Amino acid sequence: MARNVNFDLNHPLVEAGLESPIDEEGVHDSFSQLIAEQSQNGGPSEAFELQQLQRDLDEEGRDDVGYLSSPGHEFRGSRQVRRDMEWEDDETQTDPLIGERWSSATMKVLSSMPSRTIGRSRGAIISQYYNRTMQLRRRRQSRPAIRDFSRSARPSIRGYGMEADSIDAEGTEVSKRERLVNNLQNLSVSDRVRMLRAMPLSVAEKSDLRMLALQKEKRTLSSSKLPCCSRLKYYIIIAARQSWYSWLSFLHSLQLWQVALKRVSGRFGTGVLSYFLFLKTLLFFNIFLFLVTGAFLVLPQAVHPPVLPAERNFSGLELLTGAGYFSDTVMYYGYYCNYTLHKSCRDDVGGQNVSVSNGTRLDCVSKHHSYNMPLAYFFTIGVAFFITCIILVYSMSKSFGQSFRIDNSHSILAIKVFCSWDFKVIKKTSVRLMSENIGTQLKELLAEVNHKNVKNTACQKLWRLLVHGLAWAICIASTAACVTAIYYFSDHMHQNLQQRSRSTIKDPLLFEASLLALPVMVSLINLLLPGLFNLAAWMEDYESPSVRTYVAIGRNLLLKVCVLGVLCYHWLGRVAADPASIKLKCWESFVGQELYRFLLMEFIFTLLDTLFGEFLWRLFSERVLKRRRKPVFDIARNVLELIYGQTLAWLGVLFTPLLPAVQIIKLLLLFYIKKSSVMMNCQAPRKPYRVSQMTTIFITLLCFPSFLGASVCVTYTMWSITPSSSCGPFRELKTMFQAGKRWVEELEKDNPNLSLLARAHAYLVENPLFLFLGAGIFLIVIYFHSQVVDGQRKIINLLQEQIENEGEDKKFLITRLQSIHEQKRTPARRLTSQDSGC
Amino acid sequence: MKIFIVPSIISHRLQTISVSAVFLSLQDCTFFTRKEILRLHGRYHELAPHLVPMDYTNDPDCKLPLALIVNMPELKENPFRNRIVESFSEDGMGNLSFNEFVDMFSVLSETASRELKAIYAFKIYDFNVDNYLCKEDLEKTLNRLTKEELTPEEVELVCQKSIEEADLDGDNKLSFADFENMITRAPDFLSTFHIRI
Repeated sequence: MARNVNFDLNHPLVEAGLESPIDEEGVHDSFSQLIAEQSQNGGPSEAFELQQLQRDLDEEGRDDVGYLSSPGHEFRGSRQVRRDMEWEDDETQTDPLIGERWSSATMKVLSSMPSRTIGRSRGAIISQYYNRTMQLRRRRQSRPAIRDFSRSARPSIRGYGMEADSIDAEGTEVSKRERLVNNLQNLSVSDRVRMLRAMPLSVAEKSDLRMLALQKEKRTLSSSKLPCCSRLKYYIIIAARQSWYSWLSFLHSLQLWQVALKRVSGRFGTGVLSYFLFLKTLLFFNIFLFLVTGAFLVLPQAVHPPVLPAERNFSGLELLTGAGYFSDTVMYYGYYCNYTLHKSCRDDVGGQNVSVSNGTRLDCVSKHHSYNMPLAYFFTIGVAFFITCIILVYSMSKSFGQSFRIDNSHSILAIKVFCSWDFKVIKKTSVRLMSENIGTQLKELLAEVNHKNVKNTACQKLWRLLVHGLAWAICIASTAACVTAIYYFSDHMHQNLQQRSRSTIKDPLLFEASLLALPVMVSLINLLLPGLFNLAAWMEDYESPSVRTYVAIGRNLLLKVCVLGVLCYHWLGRVAADPASIKLKCWESFVGQELYRFLLMEFIFTLLDTLFGEFLWRLFSERVLKRRRKPVFDIARNVLELIYGQTLAWLGVLFTPLLPAVQIIKLLLLFYIKKSSVMMNCQAPRKPYRVSQMTTIFITLLCFPSFLGASVCVTYTMWSITPSSSCGPFRELKTMFQAGKRWVEELEKDNPNLSLLARAHAYLVENPLFLFLGAGIFLIVIYFHSQVVDGQRKIINLLQEQIENEGEDKKFLITRLQSIHEQKRTPARRLTSQDSGC
Repeated sequence: MKIFIVPSIISHRLQTISVSAVFLSLQDCTFFTRKEILRLHGRYHELAPHLVPMDYTNDPDCKLPLALIVNMPELKENPFRNRIVESFSEDGMGNLSFNEFVDMFSVLSETASRELKAIYAFKIYDFNVDNYLCKEDLEKTLNRLTKEELTPEEVELVCQKSIEEADLDGDNKLSFADFENMITRAPDFLSTFHIRI
């Protein structure tokens, strides 16, 4: 009886086939677009094949979809009846569970939709990746040879349908697999590895596929009887691959601080980790800079030391001031010579180091192995900055890509539920804290969702505005006051220097110590003002933590940019413009020393801050206030300090080629100190922290005001400030940039054929128009990029809308289908009962 | 068309484990380098020294039960530890062979793609293995996330709202497509769905 009912359940479906999308063709047509979307432009044929595969899998019983079974079989008439019957039983059991009013047939159609199959069942994955490998192959080979495909793999909808009908399910899956293996085998090695890695299958499955692909290859190899040379080629490829792998694992073993980072992240999660990762990034930037300057500037000069006027003795204070003993070493600009280094004429040249004339230089040039120091200096700095710029822009765009998202506020709650757990955290107390945080955040969100339309009164708004205005006024006023103070203090110090230079120095030690006053003052301001800003922010009481962070970053940034601006004016405007007034032989070295002092002072004050702000504060709050809470690590402020230090380092590279080395040491020490301080004194932050967004912002800050500002200063120095006349590689030149010009002129003199080069140089490099043009092109490219990103954002919004609309369409279609089905069903049932009566 | 052969027997003896084709294939199929695979093997061996052989040349068939793996410090405090292990085991009961063990940490590693991570995250959150995130799954997830700090009404409300937010096709549960769509809007997911080994 049941059997009959069941049979007849199918019957009307077949009848309704022409008008209902349950029919295979219908399913195909109406959903093919959707399917195509899901299988990533796989085209209708591949999408269909996906469906087919899903059906086959369902038959195999491997399918995970459970109660939702295959749509195809019912059309095949009575041989499927038993299965359908079982399925029907299943359906009746699970129906109340789903609580849907839709019929079984509708559910079947629904279940086979690609949105519910892709990425889950094995077969679907295999066919998805089959499609991808296919696409990849098509992309790699400009014209795919159709004979490479098995007949059924040729793009034809009909072919698939027929094949699926004739071959049984097991066979199709096997052939599908075979085709995937075939495709894999035809991919290049790196593509294949990438594909294999990305497949969401179990490793056993993947290695099976890999083995199959490799075996096939071997078979083709052995059957084709390779000639000796190509066999050799394969061995070479294998060897290269092996060495590449070992090189990779060697590189991997170089990864710094694996264990330390793991411990930090295990305890504090991703937020605090991002600070240390940023520190690591900066470390790599400095190592790069150090390697470049070390190899091309410091090493050649250290091998050929010029004769120095007098040895100075070491008093210890030099470590702080960088002056005295250090001033005539490879550390500073002034030590580098302006002639071509050469092994054989070293003594010759070294003897008359300051008054080296063109004559001696030409003698040396004529021999081989010459090293033109001014040129090397110029190009090393230039190239280092250029490469840094490229790396920065690249990492910025990558970071933007990672944190790219559409800013619509819905589905916050769902994201919070599924994406807020930090899987890295392994410490018990931190895990508990994180649970608590997530709990409170969820409660807050719920409250927000429930009372979204609570509006402030006009009076409250006015009050808020007033408070914000006051806070900003306080911050800007204090920043302005500090900057003015620095301006006048530096002026005062400068005049002090002028006075001293007129009289003889009585106590050189005291004089050197007085040089530290300005750095100490600036570092003190940098340490104290953020505290004031925090107070202002506390007064304002921002509701959203992200706005609070942005405001804090903005204020700190304003302060640091202003301070650096005033200092740059001081160095380049006062000291460099008139070095004679303070009797400076070498103003570049002086500025380099100043930068060294600033960098060091900043480090010392960071240490003090760590000691007092974190360590002693924790002791104080634990012992005296008897509070259990530890201070929270302020990620944003610490990262901004790192950026400030890095700006100093970039500014100083021109004057102090060894400054990156100092910065490296500083960062290394800072890492260990901060790590132990964080582990000892701090607790995991309570506020949520948007890591990827913040990382993007920090990289952008590192690129935009920091690096760009530093490179503008360096370029300005090179292009338009007269270098000191008695020291450094650019003495006797009007600007540093003329080193290139002189070199080109010499080349022209040596070889008249190169006059074209000289002319090109004159037109391209010396003409500021070209510089403007280059900058303009750069800006245009950036503009286009931002426009493209904007366009993509719009398109994504549109697509999202489209998906939502299609969802609506689907719902509508399904209800229609359902009602039609219901109508057909009632007469059919009557018919069935008559049948069974006979 | 590039072709290459992998030598069938590479018998480098490295750290007492013979590096076999198994390791080579692992290297190709996961995001780990040989050294990391060796380290993972060490960790795996550590879990049950008497069960796991040091020699993996013949790809021995041995599986560790869930209870042992869940005790690793990396997973011990994780509220989803059982689900993680279960989603990577072939039998769904949480017994992991070495291959599956490596697979697990490969997906959870830094270099795995967002898509791959999303697929396995979906599996992890799908407690009743019906391929949908339904209300029941969400409730369990929430209770684990917050250590049952929310009241039942709050849990109910959060479940209802999140399904409302993320459900695109209106079937009152989240399919994988819904889930993936939601994940793309959470840029932090890549960095938080990551376990350092």
